Amino acid sequence: MLEAFFRILALTRKELLQIFKDPRSRYSLLIPPILQCLIYGYVATYDLNDVPYAVLDQDRSAASQKLLAALDGSGVFHRVANLDRAADVRRTIDERRALLVLQIHPDFERRLMSGQSADLQVIADGRNSNTAGTAIGYLSTIIESFNAAWRNERGQPGAPVRLTTRAWYNPNLETRWHMIPALIGTLTFVQTLMLTGLSVAREREQGTFDQLLVTPFRPVEIMAGKALPAMFVGIVQATLVLLVAQLWFRIPFAGSFITLYAGLSVFLLAAVGMGLLLSSVAATMQQAMLLSFLLIMPFALLSGLTTPISSMPVFLQYMTLINPLRYAIDIAHRVYLEGVGLGLLFPELWPLAVIALVTLSGASWMFRHRLA
Amino acid sequence: MKFGTGGKQRLASAKLHRIGSLIRKETRQIVRDPSSVAIGIVLPVVLILLFGYGLSLDVTEVPVAIVVEDPSPAATELAASFQLSHYFDAQLMTSMTRAQELMLSRKVDGIVRIRPDFSRSLSLGNAEVQILVHGVDANHARIIQAYAQGAIGQWAARRAAEGFTIVGGPVLVQSRMWFNEVNESRYFLVPGLIVLIMTLIGALLTALVMAREWERGTLEALFVTPVRTDEILLGKTVPYFVLGVIGLVLCLLAAKFLFSVPFRGSLAMLTAASMLYLLVALGIGLSISSTVKSQFVASQITVLVTFLPAVMLSGFLFDLRSMPVLVRLVTYALPARYYVVLLQTIFLAGDIWAVILPNMAVLAGMAAALVLLTYRATRKTLA
Repeated sequence: MLEAFFRILALTRKELLQIFKDPRSRYSLLIPPILQCLIYGYVATYDLNDVPYAVLDQDRSAASQKLLAALDGSGVFHRVANLDRAADVRRTIDERRALLVLQIHPDFERRLMSGQSADLQVIADGRNSNTAGTAIGYLSTIIESFNAAWRNERGQPGAPVRLTTRAWYNPNLETRWHMIPALIGTLTFVQTLMLTGLSVAREREQGTFDQLLVTPFRPVEIMAGKALPAMFVGIVQATLVLLVAQLWFRIPFAGSFITLYAGLSVFLLAAVGMGLLLSSVAATMQQAMLLSFLLIMPFALLSGLTTPISSMPVFLQYMTLINPLRYAIDIAHRVYLEGVGLGLLFPELWPLAVIALVTLSGASWMFRHRLA
Repeated sequence: MKFGTGGKQRLASAKLHRIGSLIRKETRQIVRDPSSVAIGIVLPVVLILLFGYGLSLDVTEVPVAIVVEDPSPAATELAASFQLSHYFDAQLMTSMTRAQELMLSRKVDGIVRIRPDFSRSLSLGNAEVQILVHGVDANHARIIQAYAQGAIGQWAARRAAEGFTIVGGPVLVQSRMWFNEVNESRYFLVPGLIVLIMTLIGALLTALVMAREWERGTLEALFVTPVRTDEILLGKTVPYFVLGVIGLVLCLLAAKFLFSVPFRGSLAMLTAASMLYLLVALGIGLSISSTVKSQFVASQITVLVTFLPAVMLSGFLFDLRSMPVLVRLVTYALPARYYVVLLQTIFLAGDIWAVILPNMAVLAGMAAALVLLTYRATRKTLA
């Protein structure tokens, strides 16, 4: 028993040496997580901070100027063109020069002064309808406060119902708070899966796997020797992402680190299990890489990272139940943002444990019967 | 050896013959290894089906809790407008604690709270409705807020029609979404998905090809034959290009007929842009694998430079204009960015030359640069 332990330790040491000795592989495991985390922290956001708009002001009145000044002063909207003819509207949108075109009708001020409501026509470039929808939402908010100010100045009664909104766990509704904790799971998943998947395939392709088999190692020990270093790398990468999240992006950490790492370990076990199962099927590195891609793509995109699981068709929602990344992202969010304890993570932890159990025992069966 | 008058011609035909046999060799290798066929044909079909159905930002039937603490008719009517809206799956309740419990366990994504003094303050003109959303998924939360505003707006309009109050502010926003009038997120996600799939299959198909030949030493074996570098590269590109085109056609058919994405441009433009991009993607794979010459590192690099950047930095999901300047500069180096603009425009807006020409020009330049890079990386080591 103790001997087996030492053998696994020796193999782990050899694996880690192999991973970290080659400078190319060392950097390809440590630098990308940090870089990706920084880049995606800035880009992976549905928030807009620059909305180019053009205006067709057919009124050219004090009221219309005031409205436009409110937009220009918002810091988000910036005017790229003042259009003169209605015909220009189409070209401005078609050629992507503006995201929104505002049309102010000639009777704008007259209607406002006489106490009627005036329409503000907005045309949005719907080539990305999510962005367009968000921009229209921002515009409505600015118009809302313009309206309130206008009523106030003229002593008119306010809107019948005031809406106050509050968001739990993410008061300013920043996409970044959603994205970065999710990256803890995503980035480690991609690399641990590929690391285990490719490392066995490489040994098989180079013939060193046969050498391993003639040593006193048992197949299960070889498997453990491949799994542990990959998990270690995963934990290191998760820590790097966590550091960037807290030190650079300053996203407040609501939970406990022990809970997070405990959850991550179960998740990494499942990820490594998948990698090992995959590598026992693949005969060459090319096949291993293909297979890992076939797994990573759907797992990453259907995990709730970029689009919500609740917007998927029902049968796909059921399919996400076997996706370990889905649970990892849930765990990261719940611990990081909501601050829940280990007890409340049970619904996420047991599926991960099941996935780990199934994949690891499947892999060990394959190691014994197919490879050895 | 001496050549007669037909020497040049014979030389050219010999060259063609060599390229032909290289292509044949590569094609046989592809056919023999099912994994390449899997990337070229099975992968695109699976991906477009899975993600075409799976990726959506549209929110319907959001589970919300409506806490009605005021039994007045006005409050009941307001709650009813949430129940009627197909955006919400509303549960009525009277206890705020119960609603908070539901939110903590994520059984609901939002709480609408109508306070006990609602109808009294409504008559005074300062009524308030409180909306709490689960903010972890910020985009989702913002959409819910907007829908809640809409539901309350409809209620206000109904009351106005019944003669209770004046509705609306002085300025009313009337918005129209061009190119996507029904506000269906799939219309821009599916073209973006095609970009993703083409990037992946193009780069993956070739990433390991050159590296494998280096590792196994078969490239040196090729060097001692009369074939030249450009012929080797051409022999590698053509079969994979054909495979990629098959995948592309499958994706486009799915976009048109399965997901009924409106197609307003011309087929010729779509084909031209897509083939150009496929060439760039194959070039990325080839240049990586011929530069690093190791399958393991080539695979790692290919994943890093293709998959996640194509999701995150191409403008397929996230708006490029909102990114910091430094990152925006990075996106200019990314071929996927140009192809996303091309596809979204050709699909949804039509053949708009002011958009198509500059983007195609950049892609053509990139394809040329990548071919040159691969050529140099392969030739240098010949000596």
